[in-house]
Amino acid sequence: MTAPLPGDTVHARLSGVTRVYPGTAGHRPVHALGPIDLALQRGEFFGVVGPSGCGKSTLLEVLAGLQPPTAGTVTFEGRAVADAVPEGVGVVFQEDASFPWLTVWDNVAFGLRRNGTDDAEVRRRVDDVLAFMGLKDFARAYPAQLSGGMRQRVCIARTLVLQPRLILLDEPFGALDAQTRLLMGDEVLRLWRRTGATVLLITHALDEAAMLSDRIGAMSARPGRFLDIVTTGWPRERDSTIVSDARFGEITGRLWDNLREESLKSLGYTTMAAE
Amino acid sequence: MSRVGWIRLLVIVLAVGLLEAACRLGFIDHRVIIAPSAMADALVRLLISGQVNHQMARTFGIIAIAVAIAVVLGFALGLLVHALPRVRQALEPFFATYYAVPIFIFYPIMVAIFGLSVVPILLIGVLNAIVAMVIATLNGLDRVPRVLMKTARVHHMGPLATALRLKLPAAAPHLFTGVKLAVSYGFIAVIASEFILAPAGLGRVISDAYSDFNNPRMYALMLLLLIVATVVNMALHAVDQRWAERRGIRKP
Repeated sequence: MTAPLPGDTVHARLSGVTRVYPGTAGHRPVHALGPIDLALQRGEFFGVVGPSGCGKSTLLEVLAGLQPPTAGTVTFEGRAVADAVPEGVGVVFQEDASFPWLTVWDNVAFGLRRNGTDDAEVRRRVDDVLAFMGLKDFARAYPAQLSGGMRQRVCIARTLVLQPRLILLDEPFGALDAQTRLLMGDEVLRLWRRTGATVLLITHALDEAAMLSDRIGAMSARPGRFLDIVTTGWPRERDSTIVSDARFGEITGRLWDNLREESLKSLGYTTMAAE
Repeated sequence: MSRVGWIRLLVIVLAVGLLEAACRLGFIDHRVIIAPSAMADALVRLLISGQVNHQMARTFGIIAIAVAIAVVLGFALGLLVHALPRVRQALEPFFATYYAVPIFIFYPIMVAIFGLSVVPILLIGVLNAIVAMVIATLNGLDRVPRVLMKTARVHHMGPLATALRLKLPAAAPHLFTGVKLAVSYGFIAVIASEFILAPAGLGRVISDAYSDFNNPRMYALMLLLLIVATVVNMALHAVDQRWAERRGIRKP
């Protein structure tokens, strides 16, 4: 399913993208993804939900240039993405990707120093992002001294400081408890409004996708394809209190209608799914 | 000091005290072992006299160079072998059995090739230490989280920058185990080589003292080596502990 968006506002596009992992000794090739068509509108928050193993993370990695598509094309700001992460794309992974040997401050400054940004500018931007992410008091701490949620904030801060125009979030709150996830969701909405970046969020949590996204793509079981794209219609100024909005229940209900059968399939309950 | 530290100190004090008493009371012949206090006294006199300064500089210098070469080369080889899975598969049995072969058997060949100089001793030191570092590097690199490699690509890091800025620090706890082993193996190899056949060095001086029945000199130098090896190991252990604490790793 292609999201019908005007051409001039399209920030990133996947056209006919498939990803097949080649077979290894004794194993057949795995068709993980597609064909998929998707146009991300500049500045929108797009959520992707789907059953486990449906290719959500593969979709993100293909879009990020971390994996080449087997077929189809990927473009970011009109330029082809070819097996390298384009300038202006930031990725936050599900796993803790903080560098345990660096302090929080040095973790966040890592990318800027790599880019050769001058020291004064590094200081200004790192201090600004740390303050924004509520990490200022932990600047000299090491990741091991922080909770899982705070370590993930460090990773988000390390991405944010580079001022990406497209932020890809791969289940960044997957390991956190429900309450912390809601609060982290508020932070993500805050940073999305502040940066004006386009955000693609991969999540397995329907409520998280419903709360954060402008549009939500519901994916089928492997090979992942979009079954439905739900437009939430939330105002840009929103936070986690919208979970009590009546429309919130409708959105999660529609997503679950799409995904129930697919989730059963992914768990191997083919007979039940058929019934 | 922690409770464990006090127990450790008590064990050492008791062992030294027992040896001192056994020597002083004549249970141990002074021609076999001299009392620890006599060893310490002989060591202080030897150090003040400056007679072995040159030998100390030579031996500890060779050890330092051998360990440095083994660590740097071992890390580079570990990186290379890790990047080539087929080569690793072929070499792994050799790594596994490497320390079952006494490297010293090659010492006479090296003396024949390079002469009675520092080169054969240095080579034996490097050969003894390097594989510990290669194995530690492989272990460390195996445990670098894949997400860090993806992060390297997000930050547009090339192979060298990834190796030095991410893989090296991420694998550091394992590399440090390799460094500690390399220091121990390098130490043993250099002293033993000098002891077997060398024109100079602490090992040679100990060997000469042994031949001359000069027990105070022999035991003083043995005590010196013991102290230096222990201090170096304790320093490395302290650094290791500090790094581990930063990373939230609990070590005994």
